Amino acid sequence: MDVIGLLIDGFLVALTPLNLGLVIFGCALGLFIGAMPGLGSVNGVAILLPMTFLVPPTSAIIFLAAIYYGDMYGGAISSIMLGIPGASTAVATTFDGRPLALKGLADQALVGAAVASFVGGTISVVLFTLFAPPLAEVALAFGAPEEFALMMLAFATFIGLGGDEIPKTLFSIFIGLVLSAVGLDIISGEPRLIFGDLPSFFHGINFLVLAIGIYGIGEMLWTIESNSGKIDLTRATVSFSRILDSMKKLSSSVKSVFLGSFLGYFVGILPAAGATPGSLMAYGVAKAISKEPETFGKGNLEGVAAPEAANNAASTGSMLPMLTLGIPGSPTTAVLLGGMVIWGLKPGPMLFVESQEFVWGLIASLYVANIFALVINVMFIPLFLWVLRIPFSILAPIIFVLCIVGGYAPTQTMHDIWLMFGFGVVGYLMRKLNYPMAPAVLAIVLGPLAETSMRQSLLISQGSFGVCFNRPIAGVIMVIAIAMFLVPVMNSIRKRLRPDTP
Amino acid sequence: MITERKAELAMAVAMACFSIYLMLKSAELPIGWIPDEGPGGGAFPFWLASGMLICCVLIILRWLRGISPLSRSYKPYLSATALRLVLISGGSLGIMVALIHFIGVYGAIPLFMIFYMRVLGDHSWWVTLVIGISTPILTFLFFELALTITLPKGYTEPLFYPIYDLFY
Repeated sequence: MDVIGLLIDGFLVALTPLNLGLVIFGCALGLFIGAMPGLGSVNGVAILLPMTFLVPPTSAIIFLAAIYYGDMYGGAISSIMLGIPGASTAVATTFDGRPLALKGLADQALVGAAVASFVGGTISVVLFTLFAPPLAEVALAFGAPEEFALMMLAFATFIGLGGDEIPKTLFSIFIGLVLSAVGLDIISGEPRLIFGDLPSFFHGINFLVLAIGIYGIGEMLWTIESNSGKIDLTRATVSFSRILDSMKKLSSSVKSVFLGSFLGYFVGILPAAGATPGSLMAYGVAKAISKEPETFGKGNLEGVAAPEAANNAASTGSMLPMLTLGIPGSPTTAVLLGGMVIWGLKPGPMLFVESQEFVWGLIASLYVANIFALVINVMFIPLFLWVLRIPFSILAPIIFVLCIVGGYAPTQTMHDIWLMFGFGVVGYLMRKLNYPMAPAVLAIVLGPLAETSMRQSLLISQGSFGVCFNRPIAGVIMVIAIAMFLVPVMNSIRKRLRPDTP
Repeated sequence: MITERKAELAMAVAMACFSIYLMLKSAELPIGWIPDEGPGGGAFPFWLASGMLICCVLIILRWLRGISPLSRSYKPYLSATALRLVLISGGSLGIMVALIHFIGVYGAIPLFMIFYMRVLGDHSWWVTLVIGISTPILTFLFFELALTITLPKGYTEPLFYPIYDLFY
């Protein structure tokens, strides 16, 4: 089969010493970042992206994908040991992971999480390998109206997931798009939105400035505030026989692990949905199909395994639209997509034609990363427990410094550092008021693409938005997008009209 | 004391003003339809900024009618401890960025780290100095040597000439 040949080529890329080394290093780093309360994959990837200028693009994305991957494993560690999710993607893992740890079965929960992550990861990578090439082929036929419709879908998903405060989610999308318009107008070449006539704005606002500002500096301020209380680390006894024993216990959760994997993968594919809703849904399903749902929340291993399988599967799933359509499936893939632009690759279906080595090298590296993440995770559980004891007051300044020098690296102006600092502080203040920040980062990455595709579509139709509706594929996507936007709006209005109904 | 209720309104009003500024700024370029050329260069940001404004108005309306949870919350927006921590961390970070202009990255980073770990973290001098001094050295090796990105050095630039001679 064609795919197998390409995959073998991909393995040849992924297994070169440099790339293999980066996969192992990335997994370990990702596990560490994931385990730190407050830091998730998006923070790690955003802060470390500038560091990857050292290696070629393929190696760079392999490294960042390994971090992303390792992070999904690592998130479980602090959820179980501290009862604080290491990242929002591991929230569902705390429900049963923490009770297990309090019962003295922390090792069982940790091993269960690792093995479930491995299964979820493997299933999703196989699905990814099968789905990606045909989807890319379909996407090759997409024109500007289809691209525009897909972006509307990505933004509509955010509204659907944003909860009740729809205006705040919308605001976040709009501000990200406006910030992406700063600089020279793509079509006429005229300067626009040059605030205070500062010459540095002519280059536009690099998405990394916003991403590091929000996910680096803003997130650290947030974590500093919420971590000011004392944290209680549970003890775990780990030995080889206990690990084997835990694996045996896990065999009863096979069904929920498989369900979680598939569910996570497909939720992950949805633009903007990502791993957090995927893992929460998997938890819900596992509880619903369980024979003893009353034990959930009190330390049921299935309650750890299902969401962990799902969040790993979702992280792979979210890479599918990123690679094939050029539309990120999660904040982390939005940052990766922005990175691809910096590395000189054009995201979208043409990648599968023009940069086969890059695409298949990345896919193969996911297989490799999956294995190493499992091995490193299980072998070094004691080490990660030690890592959790590193005081935050040592990590915080190191991460701040990384943000500053990393933010300086792409454009090398102090202007960007100040801008990043400003975004970080304002982002933190807005986040405290329930303004979601992920849509803004997605929007600044998609902004230039959205504007070009919109203007091209309007040129085709001479000014009518009808062009996005009367082409079959664009029309269907647009209708779904509008439905996804209207349903939460209607729900919110209905709730307000009848406040008594729950 | 600033309650969450007050803060939500203040942020919405501030962002509404910012939206209006963005709209005016976008309107410096044509925002309408240019025959044979499509929408003008200012159209995209202009209509999006007006979208921002509409959202702010909606947020303010929801606040007035007490629909959003924060508009009913009289909890402090920043508790005293949180305010202290955030001011010290954010403030020292801002001072570090300002210092980069004068004493460069390699002067500002150790000062910031030593301040942070010693004053906020209460760590021993030993730990503080080891991390505070090794971080800029690693930064130098990684950025200047491996990535060949010159980080800003301010007035400390001449001090690096001998080091440049050593490596280049």
